[in-house]
Amino acid sequence: MKKKLRESSLKGWLYLLPAILFLGFFMVYPLIDVFIYSFEEGYNFASQTYFGTGIYNYSYILHDPYFLQAVKNTFILVAVTVPLSTGIALLISVGLNSITALRNFLQTIYFLPYVTNTLAVGLVFMILFKKTAYSDGLINLLINWFGGSSVDFIEGPYWAKMFVLCFYTIWIVMPFKILILTSALSSINQDYYNAARVDGTSQFRIFRKITLPMISPMIFYLVITGFIGAFKAYSDAVALFGTDLNAAKMNTIVGYVYDMLYGDSGGYPSYASAAAVILFAIVLTITCINLLIGKKKVHY
Amino acid sequence: MKSNTDYIRLEKNARTRKKAVSAVTCVLLVFWAVVVLFPFYWMVLTSLKSYGAYNSEYIPKFFTLSPTLQNYADAFTAVPLGKYFVNTIIFTVLTTALMMVVITLAAFAFARLEFQGKHTAFLLFLSLMMIPNELVVITNFVTVTNLDMRNTFPGLILPSVTSVFYIYLLKENFEQIPDSLYYAARVDGTGDWKYLWKVMIPMSRPTIITITILKVIECWNSYIWPRLITDDENYFLVSNGIQEIRENGFGRENIPAMMAAVVVVSVPLVVLFLIFRKKIMSGVSRGGTKG
Repeated sequence: MKKKLRESSLKGWLYLLPAILFLGFFMVYPLIDVFIYSFEEGYNFASQTYFGTGIYNYSYILHDPYFLQAVKNTFILVAVTVPLSTGIALLISVGLNSITALRNFLQTIYFLPYVTNTLAVGLVFMILFKKTAYSDGLINLLINWFGGSSVDFIEGPYWAKMFVLCFYTIWIVMPFKILILTSALSSINQDYYNAARVDGTSQFRIFRKITLPMISPMIFYLVITGFIGAFKAYSDAVALFGTDLNAAKMNTIVGYVYDMLYGDSGGYPSYASAAAVILFAIVLTITCINLLIGKKKVHY
Repeated sequence: MKSNTDYIRLEKNARTRKKAVSAVTCVLLVFWAVVVLFPFYWMVLTSLKSYGAYNSEYIPKFFTLSPTLQNYADAFTAVPLGKYFVNTIIFTVLTTALMMVVITLAAFAFARLEFQGKHTAFLLFLSLMMIPNELVVITNFVTVTNLDMRNTFPGLILPSVTSVFYIYLLKENFEQIPDSLYYAARVDGTGDWKYLWKVMIPMSRPTIITITILKVIECWNSYIWPRLITDDENYFLVSNGIQEIRENGFGRENIPAMMAAVVVVSVPLVVLFLIFRKKIMSGVSRGGTKG
């Protein structure tokens, strides 16, 4: 009996072995290593040596103007896109839920950005917004129609670049949010609505007192994943402004990590590690705050 | 009598308000559909305009009367788009296939087998779900570089062949298969391995297909890791290829040809989506994230 148990134990671990090997090598080991790297000062990539240990890497990046710019950009991006995308997604989902004709069709259209290559479609956005010598671009044409003057959104003023980045980010994250919210809305028990209608409750009140509380766990879930996702923004910025994000003043924290690791200013895994650890700390803090707020506000 | 007319008026008001609300809703919905579709329309349209026609339009035109396929020919000849495509297909197929094997075995162990330390192992696996990719990419980059696996397919593929989340998803699905089937198979002398292949995998086909499609989408769009690990054009994936084209392909300003490349890169996923629409959407609502 004992032998049999040991045999089946061995078998279980054997089935797990590939997953354990891959996870151990590419996830657990790197996870420990990144913290070690972040405290090794003056790490040299070629000779794999370092001078000593300490917090110099952290102090270096916290004084690096590029990093501070990246942090600022990331926070603006998060503060703009998370509430806006969740709000618009909520409006659209409620609208979608109230119609019957074309619902499937519209749902399919709304989902399209999810299955597109971020880099490829980013190029289309760049062309729509870019102002060149021979054409002001389509968006500027629209602005001119409404009486405004042309702006170069790709290489122009900071606010214009930030606007495009936020707009593209919202465009990209919308499908997921609409999908989650429409399925949450359609799973609300219709009896609640019927009861409210019998009582003559107004539409707005129904929305505030029934719909919102019923889907609040899902909204909450979207806010948390939205925060985490927006803090990790990078590819969308590359798609719009090219790989040299520092020059465009449009870098994000993740972009800073990768630039430190590789690329023209790269070759500093210690700085990259320190920046990645800081990013992780920020995301963890924000998620914890979200969870604390959620505990009070969300109805389960 | 008076109160009666009031009712009629009230009802009329309510009806107009309802109409107004639904009109606003429709406008909003159509507006967002246009916002979503327009970039796609614009990229197809631009890819059909000839280089000369595009550059002579100071005010961009919303249609073209003389569509040309020349840009598509350019996209495949002036830059090695075909090569990027083949690389991406190899990368996607191998990564997805390897991952399916690894996660199926792990999910089977967790769902069906009994062994010492199983619960601890499962908890450890779950806790790995919280680790963001950004944190481990740095060491992986150093590891792969030190192993001389830059610009090779193993270097591209191996770090992304496990997903704790998909193991979890598949395990949940495996557990829904009734135990009695397992015991019946045992009595018949069917071993674990055969049971996995003959019973569990066929019965979990919908979930397996969903996971496969989600992974394919992820592979097709992956950009960060391939960018770090390849600087040889021969190993570029489509995302890196697009970035390369943007930065120094086609003599910089040939935007119609660029758009042709973008269309070619986007079409496979859109087609995949239109075929597996229901599966993809239900799969994403169960476990995908983006943004």
